[in-house]
Amino acid sequence: MKRSKLRTTAFYFCVALIVIIAVFPFYYAIMTSFETGTAIFRPNFLPESFSWDNYKAIFSRSGFIRSVLNSVLIAGVTVGAALLLAVTASYALARVRFKGRGLLLMTILGVSMFPQIAVLSGLYELVKLLGLYNTPWALVLSYTIFTLPFTVWVLTTFMRDLPMEIEEAAIVDGASPWIIITRVFMPLLWPALVTTGLLAFIGAWNEFLFALTFTISADQRTVPVAIALLSGASTQEIPWGPIMAASVVVTIPLIVLVLIFQRKIVAGLTAGGVKG
Amino acid sequence: MTQSNTKFAGLASGKNLNLQQKRIRSAYVFLAPMIIMLVIVAAWPLFRSISFSFTDASANTIFNGQSEWVGFENYLERRVRANGEVRWRGVLADADWWNAVWNTVRFSIVSVTLETLLGLLVALVLNLEFKGRGLVRAAILIPWAIPTVVSARMWGWMLNDQFGIINHILLSVGLIDSPIAWTAQPDTAMLAVLIVDVWKTTPFMALLILAGLQMIPRDMYEAAKIDGINPIKVFFKVTLPLLKPAILVAVIFRALDALRIFDLIYLLTPQSGSTMTMSVLSYREIQQFGDYGEGSAMSTLLFLIITTFVLLYIKLGRLNLGGETR
Repeated sequence: MKRSKLRTTAFYFCVALIVIIAVFPFYYAIMTSFETGTAIFRPNFLPESFSWDNYKAIFSRSGFIRSVLNSVLIAGVTVGAALLLAVTASYALARVRFKGRGLLLMTILGVSMFPQIAVLSGLYELVKLLGLYNTPWALVLSYTIFTLPFTVWVLTTFMRDLPMEIEEAAIVDGASPWIIITRVFMPLLWPALVTTGLLAFIGAWNEFLFALTFTISADQRTVPVAIALLSGASTQEIPWGPIMAASVVVTIPLIVLVLIFQRKIVAGLTAGGVKG
Repeated sequence: MTQSNTKFAGLASGKNLNLQQKRIRSAYVFLAPMIIMLVIVAAWPLFRSISFSFTDASANTIFNGQSEWVGFENYLERRVRANGEVRWRGVLADADWWNAVWNTVRFSIVSVTLETLLGLLVALVLNLEFKGRGLVRAAILIPWAIPTVVSARMWGWMLNDQFGIINHILLSVGLIDSPIAWTAQPDTAMLAVLIVDVWKTTPFMALLILAGLQMIPRDMYEAAKIDGINPIKVFFKVTLPLLKPAILVAVIFRALDALRIFDLIYLLTPQSGSTMTMSVLSYREIQQFGDYGEGSAMSTLLFLIITTFVLLYIKLGRLNLGGETR
């Protein structure tokens, strides 16, 4: 009896350790974001002072709000476009047997794993030639390279699992493939679309390399680049308070979304990973 | 899928063949926009990047067509000087490149190993039923949800040499005598990168492994329990072998990610040669030095390495599908 008690205690200690390690850095960032002056340079575990100054400083920079809007717009449009193209494509990949399907699926998986740097100079040239350099469209176009293969892959695995009978009934009734997708599958696919869209949105929202390369002026930046380039009066002096405030602002919405859709996200991740 | 097809054959009406042809035709129509898009954003830029690696393209010549074909010079070139001395040039003769290769490999092996072991541990904990399990799972999703840029900045602050909480903790516990400049010193920079990467990515590993764990039938454990087999033995003889496919796929996924790592290193340890990876070096060559030729040669080499891994993954993936209960 005593031994099992000891074991339970050890187990919960282990659990507590996992939770603390996972949560502490973000907790610390939140705490720092509310500290100013000398308070910020005193390491502490519990809040000692409180001020909104860092948040005021961040939002009074015109560039920051603009960057948030840029990120929302770019990630939103990218995901919308990817889902639109992916729904029909994954129907064809999951439901119709045609020559070269296996090869096409493998190519799509391959593209989603490709290193971004491998296409950087070619994409840079393309973006310049199309006149998209330093516009949000450069990023919408380049983010398609990872959002599209990902959404197609995950939606294909979801669609494969839908029961055959529904589609057969529709075919017997003379429904065309387009009608099958829009009227029969779409209502069943909503949960999968939300999950896939959310994961793709997170990917586009967090992207850094393309955003750094294809934009140059402050008003075209996305949030990650804006945070990375936040600097103080001198190069030596890093404005930790405002950086933490900006970090909290861009992370809280993501964490809220992830916690709301927790179960679905786990299902989506494993559909993209393990089932592959 | 084969099942669905035989069912279609089973519909066996006169229109059947016609119907199947119609479906295939509409499948091509449905696929066309996606394929065109992928050719524009992936295939063409990849082709151009590889082409650049065989030219002397620079930021100035890339758009006016004045760059010239130089063959494999960007990769490796043998030059004989007037005094007969032989000099090798190009990426493959560049010490910086081999340093970056070594850093990338070192980073990938250590980070993926640690993430797999810790991920397995977390997954085993989450697979047990206990009070507050949902809460713990929610908590471990947080590092995964945080953007890399943010986690780089957050940890950069925590690892700060003068005001960082990590040094503060280590000093007060007595583990170190003087503050460590984690991200600046060559001997700790890689450690700092590894800490952040392991923190951020272990949850992903844990969730993938947990999904694999939950597919193992409960009665296996029950049977082992009734037979009175030592839990540790059960883990090594039952759990681990059944978990192997899930772990393997997760490891390859992570390895591919680790090999192309860019943003964390670029932001956390920007100046350090001891963490410079292939992606970061190639980016520096292209963006900062405007050397599209050599930069693209580096990115092409990285692409080849990763392609090898993808092919490996596809092969193992097939094996995995065949090895399942089907």
